[in-house]
Amino acid sequence: MVELKDVSLGYDHRAILSNINLKAVPGEMLGLIGPNGSGKSTLIKGITRLISIFSGHIFVDGRDIKNIKREELARLIAVVPQNPVLPEAFTAFEVVLMGRTPHLGFLRYEGERDMTIAWQAMRATETQFFAERRVGELSGGERQGVVIARALTQQPKVLLLDEPTAQLDINHQVEILDLVKNLCLEQNLTVIAALHDLNLAAQYCDWLVMLDGGQIYTKGIPQEVLTVQNIKEVYGAEVCVYPHPVNKLPATLIMAGEGKRKRTYIQR
Amino acid sequence: MNTNIYQSINKPAIDSIVPCSLRWQGKVYALVGLTGLLLAVIIFATTLGSVHISFHTCFEVLASKLPFLHIAPSWPETFNIIILDIRLPRILLAGLVGAALAVAGATYQGLFRNPLADPYLLGIASGAGLGATVGFLIPFPLQWMNFGAIPIFAFAGGLGAVAVVYSVARVGKTLPATTLILAGVALGAFLSSITSYLMTICGEELHGIVFWLMGGLSLTKWAEVWTVLPCVMVGVIIIWLHARPLNVMQLDEEQAQQLGINVERVKLILLGAATLITSVAVCFTGLIGFVGILVPHAVRLIWGPDHRFLLPLSTLVGGIFLILADTLAHTLLPPTEIPVGVITAFCGAPFFLYLLRRKKGLAFF
Repeated sequence: MVELKDVSLGYDHRAILSNINLKAVPGEMLGLIGPNGSGKSTLIKGITRLISIFSGHIFVDGRDIKNIKREELARLIAVVPQNPVLPEAFTAFEVVLMGRTPHLGFLRYEGERDMTIAWQAMRATETQFFAERRVGELSGGERQGVVIARALTQQPKVLLLDEPTAQLDINHQVEILDLVKNLCLEQNLTVIAALHDLNLAAQYCDWLVMLDGGQIYTKGIPQEVLTVQNIKEVYGAEVCVYPHPVNKLPATLIMAGEGKRKRTYIQR
Repeated sequence: MNTNIYQSINKPAIDSIVPCSLRWQGKVYALVGLTGLLLAVIIFATTLGSVHISFHTCFEVLASKLPFLHIAPSWPETFNIIILDIRLPRILLAGLVGAALAVAGATYQGLFRNPLADPYLLGIASGAGLGATVGFLIPFPLQWMNFGAIPIFAFAGGLGAVAVVYSVARVGKTLPATTLILAGVALGAFLSSITSYLMTICGEELHGIVFWLMGGLSLTKWAEVWTVLPCVMVGVIIIWLHARPLNVMQLDEEQAQQLGINVERVKLILLGAATLITSVAVCFTGLIGFVGILVPHAVRLIWGPDHRFLLPLSTLVGGIFLILADTLAHTLLPPTEIPVGVITAFCGAPFFLYLLRRKKGLAFF
């Protein structure tokens, strides 16, 4: 469980997020949406203590993260970053095995059990087929799978994903998010995902938090958050929102020419 | 459904055997083999020199010094002096310095994720060079524990330069790699210009300075070996122990932190250890180039980038390489002694180009 109470955080002395209150519970996916620069990635970095918190408290499993050592925090929270740098010469399996780092002491090396855990995480993400290939030779989707496998190898209680589908084809987007959703349900993981695509967010997330300019604009179930009015206010985009023909979740439709019309309007 | 497999993660299933080829037994053989090779090279190097002594005799002379072995001396007494007091300290110092430079190079390259990083990156070379030049030029003799002014000044210069680079590059609590490298390059250029200026005005001392800057191991005594040995051993062991964190830091720093690594602390410890062993090595032997940048890359190309093997293997290969290079340096054109830095660059660079060529197009770093 992750809970944020009145959190403000940012770089140096400039606050990027202020007064954030939210709660993510196990077995449910919470989606962070909002335009570029609204603070989605910053929030995810804040929860892993990469950014200093100015005020408020972040609780993971009921404990304030200020009082949790970095190593212990890595056993609780695993992160799938947006564009992870991966050492190209390492094999996929070696990178996945790095997920065991917080579980091993300073001097211990990976044993049989760690190998097994890493291998099973690779099978769960279907990345075992290229376990021995070098990371530099893998495609974007395969690399993303490797990073998710590494996160699972950490055996975390909380999984944070920063735009996990940003550079993937539509089939890989669905594949990766299906996987995350299943893990969330079966492992009872708390999942927080920053998502670009409003349709993916609506389909997969149980709760959505819409950020705007470093503050929470609104939050709730997808039907409440993804409305024509909200999207216009936050993104400044004219869209149509219809219930999905199969599962009735909100589907956002864009229309060509809308952006152009808005721009000419501003020029006048 | 694949997720069922994941569910059983906490209780390892029988069907989830990791393929054998993912293990690393093969590299362990390399470690053992290279240790043997190092010993063989040490004995081989003792046979070479102006006086010819057979391999068998050398082996006996060395073995006679081991405890619990009683070998009746069947060789002239002078052989004892030649082998044990003249040749052996020089060979051991070459091995230590080579090992230190190679492992420091591997550490810097891993730490900065930069294949061009070398042990002299942070201004050690230029600081030590300036220190040594000053040491040559000061008129009064300075002595400390049998060591002349040059090693002391070189050591102080190297460490001083690193201290300046470090304090300039520090931003708040963190130590960004790019600022560190830039500061090192800038200060290096500044100090080198002073060294060059001093060399132009120094007159007859020029030959000694140039020879020191090119690196050399002639006239090594046991005292120097006993000074270098503990420092290098402590530094190398500290570095070896950090092999796994160094692997994780090959991801970017944010990911390493999210995996539970205290990045700033690991950086500080590794920088300190690598700098210590480099400056200790440099202050007795001068600047020996190419070992620190070449040996780690060669090891990486052959055995892969895993620092748990890269670091020990680099240590062994670095030692072997510099012993051979130094042996060549003083046996090729007797009685002239070629600076060992000339040999390391001349032999090392083509071999490196060959390795690059062979694995062309394949990411190895």
